[in-house]
Amino acid sequence: MAKTALQFRHNGRDVAVFVDGGANLLAVLRGVVGDMTPKFGCGQGGCGACTVLIDGEAHLSCLTLAEAVEGHSVETLAGIKDGPNLHPLQRAFMEHFAAQCGYCTPGMLMAAKALLDHNPAPTREDVVNAISGNICRCTGYEPIINAVLAAASGGRARA
Amino acid sequence: MPVTVRTFATSGEAAAALSSERDARYLGGGTLVMRALNEGDVSLSTIVRATDGALTRLDISGSRITIGAGITFARVLAERELSFLHPVAASIGGPAVRNMGTVGGNLFAPAPFGDFTVALLALDATVALQGGYGAREVGLEEFLATRARQAAGLVLSVSLQRPASPEAFRYRKIARIKPKGGAVMTIAAHVPASGGRVLSARIALGAMAPTAIRAKAAERALEGRALDATSIAAAAAAVTEGSSPVDDSLASAWYRREVAGVHLRRLLIGEP
Repeated sequence: MAKTALQFRHNGRDVAVFVDGGANLLAVLRGVVGDMTPKFGCGQGGCGACTVLIDGEAHLSCLTLAEAVEGHSVETLAGIKDGPNLHPLQRAFMEHFAAQCGYCTPGMLMAAKALLDHNPAPTREDVVNAISGNICRCTGYEPIINAVLAAASGGRARA
Repeated sequence: MPVTVRTFATSGEAAAALSSERDARYLGGGTLVMRALNEGDVSLSTIVRATDGALTRLDISGSRITIGAGITFARVLAERELSFLHPVAASIGGPAVRNMGTVGGNLFAPAPFGDFTVALLALDATVALQGGYGAREVGLEEFLATRARQAAGLVLSVSLQRPASPEAFRYRKIARIKPKGGAVMTIAAHVPASGGRVLSARIALGAMAPTAIRAKAAERALEGRALDATSIAAAAAAVTEGSSPVDDSLASAWYRREVAGVHLRRLLIGEP
């Protein structure tokens, strides 16, 4: 079956790829673009491990038809650090032990980034809601919430 | 297995494509159709999309509201005029699902999903459908009853009257995990009162049958009566009449029947 040409912004760079009919964005990011940061968890929209930002809003890349991002901007965990400097959320996750096995972490970070981009001073409840679509099976929710709150207050607060 | 993706500029062309191909499904936000593809659903060979701006139109100027089928739950939450639907939209998924899932797609979500449809059913919404030969409007109840054997058509929008008053519309989703979890059941009620008596009560249940259903026996128990302990107890006792819940990972059918009356009572007395 013929492939379809697709162009979109990936972490600030234009990419042009060919994709299979019906391919999801996660498969294209990992298998074609070579960005392994979004993870495949459930393929059903239940776990959030594949969360990326499309035009600044959190989306599940495994449930996004790749062709639907034609001309749009896709941001993944691979693009959030600034050169050699980690993003404040990444630093806060390290300082607050917010990762154990690490599989949910890329999705958690992108869900948290979507929150902080819209709301730089979230409440604890805002954080809980923001990551409610992301499952952590090491049961690390408390340190993750604390890390997001710490990143929001510039790393000063110790929630 | 690769599928064919056909993207159209107008909803009319998309509807025509849907009615001409039996294995075609319309892709809205992706939370149902992409999920089916990821699960290897081979009944699906063609995906139909439409970029028609009319599908994301929201008309809130009059007393009758029209919500385009492509409106996402995030968009509903951003609209102050739709504040009566905010608890409903907020009860669906996490933020990413709300950025993707649409009002039109929710009409097709199988139990235990489809919470928004439960609210729409209580609010007596109608569905605008585009078939191969033209557009028509059907009541949501009729739409849901025939959903499984629906001749191919494309949902354009849903329309509904605003609730008679803010307190006339009640909504409650019972989930084991908060803030995000599938429904043990979902209950929506529109109980407008006139002179202290309930008139035209509508009670809708989700996850109590394959589609959202009305609890008509409970509605009759309230009709023309004051919303008090006696009428509420009668409604609670009758709420499962006509329901057919299933056992799933969230609850057993027995449990769902057992607690439905408890939750309806709490909803009607306004207990948090």
